[in-house]
Amino acid sequence: MSTDSRAPSARRWILGVWAVLCLLPSATARAQEKPDDSVAALRQEIEVMKKAYEERISTLEKRLADLETAQGQATAPTATAEAAPPPAPAPEAPPSEPAVAAVSPTEPASGAGGASQTSNYFNPAISVIGNFLAVGGHNPVENLPAADLRESEVGIQAIVDPYARADFFLSFGEEGVDVEEGYATFTALPAGLLVKAGRMRTAFGKVNPLHLHVLPWPDEPLPVVNLLGGEEGWIGTGVSVAKLLPIGDVFTEGTLQIFRGQAAGLFESERRGDLSYNGHYRVFMDLTEASNLDLGLSYGIGPNGTAENADTRLEGLDLTYRWKPLQTGTYRSASLRGEVYRSRREQPGGDQNAIGWYASGEYQLAKRWFVGARYEAADHADDDALRDTGTAGLLTFWPSEFSQLRAELRRRHYDLTDDTATELLLQLQFAIGAHGAHPF
Amino acid sequence: MKRILPVVFAFAALASFGSAAEAKLRVVSSLQDFASIAQSIGGDRVETMALAKGYQDPHFVDAKPSFVLQLSRADLLVVAGLELEIGYLPPLLDQSRNDKIHPGNPGYLDASAGCDILQRPTAQVTRAMGDVHPYGNPHYWTDPNNGRVIARAIAARLSQLDPAGAAAYQKGLAAFEQRLTQKEAEWTAKMAPYAGTKVVTFHDSWPNFAKHFKLNIVGHVEPKPGIPPTPSHTLDVINLIQTQKVPVIIVEPYFDKKTPNYIAGKTGAKVATIYPSVGGTPAITDYFSLFDTDIDAFIAAVKGAR
Repeated sequence: MSTDSRAPSARRWILGVWAVLCLLPSATARAQEKPDDSVAALRQEIEVMKKAYEERISTLEKRLADLETAQGQATAPTATAEAAPPPAPAPEAPPSEPAVAAVSPTEPASGAGGASQTSNYFNPAISVIGNFLAVGGHNPVENLPAADLRESEVGIQAIVDPYARADFFLSFGEEGVDVEEGYATFTALPAGLLVKAGRMRTAFGKVNPLHLHVLPWPDEPLPVVNLLGGEEGWIGTGVSVAKLLPIGDVFTEGTLQIFRGQAAGLFESERRGDLSYNGHYRVFMDLTEASNLDLGLSYGIGPNGTAENADTRLEGLDLTYRWKPLQTGTYRSASLRGEVYRSRREQPGGDQNAIGWYASGEYQLAKRWFVGARYEAADHADDDALRDTGTAGLLTFWPSEFSQLRAELRRRHYDLTDDTATELLLQLQFAIGAHGAHPF
Repeated sequence: MKRILPVVFAFAALASFGSAAEAKLRVVSSLQDFASIAQSIGGDRVETMALAKGYQDPHFVDAKPSFVLQLSRADLLVVAGLELEIGYLPPLLDQSRNDKIHPGNPGYLDASAGCDILQRPTAQVTRAMGDVHPYGNPHYWTDPNNGRVIARAIAARLSQLDPAGAAAYQKGLAAFEQRLTQKEAEWTAKMAPYAGTKVVTFHDSWPNFAKHFKLNIVGHVEPKPGIPPTPSHTLDVINLIQTQKVPVIIVEPYFDKKTPNYIAGKTGAKVATIYPSVGGTPAITDYFSLFDTDIDAFIAAVKGAR
């Protein structure tokens, strides 16, 4: 009985499974919206595609044949080739892919070649300037190595778009890399504005904005070293806005720069809201065709990190006189420049009021030869009772526009240790790559 | 409202003043040659100014801020291109705050386009060859045929920037071309007897001039472009002049004449100062007197050579 009673239940099970199996396809078919219709549509589509392909292949075959015959009879080539009708567009959308494929045999060849060429066009201009320095003599304070590839400056420059250009200057020392500058300049702004954003040498004074390799000396003068944070000078990260403010035909320009509150050796702040600022006003006058005067006033302020709300205020005055007859057949030129900085530093134990200045001159003896001299003096920013001084004589030779040999005989007195050091600095600079602008 | 009115009037007055000053199209060019051509085409519709003086080495122009001011006010900038201005123009242009005259805009005209440019390098160039110009010799305006091409380009661009003056510019161009054709015949006739004359030039600035007037440049006082004369190369040049019987050494006004004079003393060749640009001397007031002066100086030198 037990089997009998089990049999109908088993049969019911089998029936149930059958029912489910039978229902499933219909259910799925219903889900696919009428099976016969979709299959027919597919068939139709394939049929259409097949037709389109066949049509295209036959057209292509015909064209090929026409071309071959045209090449055979060199006298009348064009007429037959153009007589072939262009491939008929496919009746429906799907064959768009084969349409591309039909064109592709010619495309990769020219396209790929063009791509590599144009990508070269848009590569930035790259230049590398090597700065090698050999030093002789004894200096217990600034102990420069006997020979040093002080800096390899890689410049990468290009125009970004119709509104901006970008300039990167990466300074490779022997040990590491620094982004000396990296900024975008917006050149197409209204109202005579020029905006830079990024990391840049601050427009404080005359030599601080310049790169080491365009200075008329192999070293930074003492006021920069003592009052602007060290050999590197003041480099800021932020935004700079400069506006032309012409007075008649005299060039004057005002620059306002806002940077974060840190600058190596100069400004220090943990708080994001503590920023540093720099303002610069420049007047340039052509005195005659051959001589001109360049005057700058600078003011900078930022947190020095010695105490809460302790600031360092910087003031600068720079003056440059240049003389260079335009008819350079005589190859004589001269320039005189001088700068005075004042640093007022709030710090625990008494505010410091440090002064630094230098005066320097350069005279061109021949097309490739220059002599120069410099006097420098600067208090220590954190102790205005200490004043370092120095004198230097220079001789520069330019083998070509792209290399430069320079010798500096330098005597510096360091007040802290009361040491006097006399040294000979020999510098070789060499530039490769894109032709940069001449320094002015 | 009463307080605002004077301000509005002041602005209106300023604006009208501004537009009065704007009436002339300001053309700034790197060379006086282009400025002169633009002036002869544009007449009193344009105001021209050149950055480099005609007696100045066009490779070494200082990027003076006063030029920034000129460029900031310019409607059209005409450059020689081919990297002749690479040492000073790019930073000036960036600081000009004048988008109109940036490359790619109608206010920027590269005069070399369409000109017959010689010495385009066909192989790799390196600076071992001196200060070579990778796009070809940039001293192309010393061929009057190129002058014609430049004039047409300038006229077309002036018409584009100032459509109201298109007729005037066409008229100016026609007059310039007519004068040029007439002068060219005169110059060609003058130079015809000297066709094939061998010359040594200081810098390689003269291939276009030589091609047009059929001179044969056999050497340069500079050992390589931009490299000043060296004793050994000077001896080579002396030998060259003696063996090839070169009558003339052409020197640009901005080079030191010491070495050319020395060579001349040794060989009997004559040193001729030939001016590459308008404004080289006060007598060279335009593109026509440039060739007048140069051709006379050349002929005088050839005649004076022993």
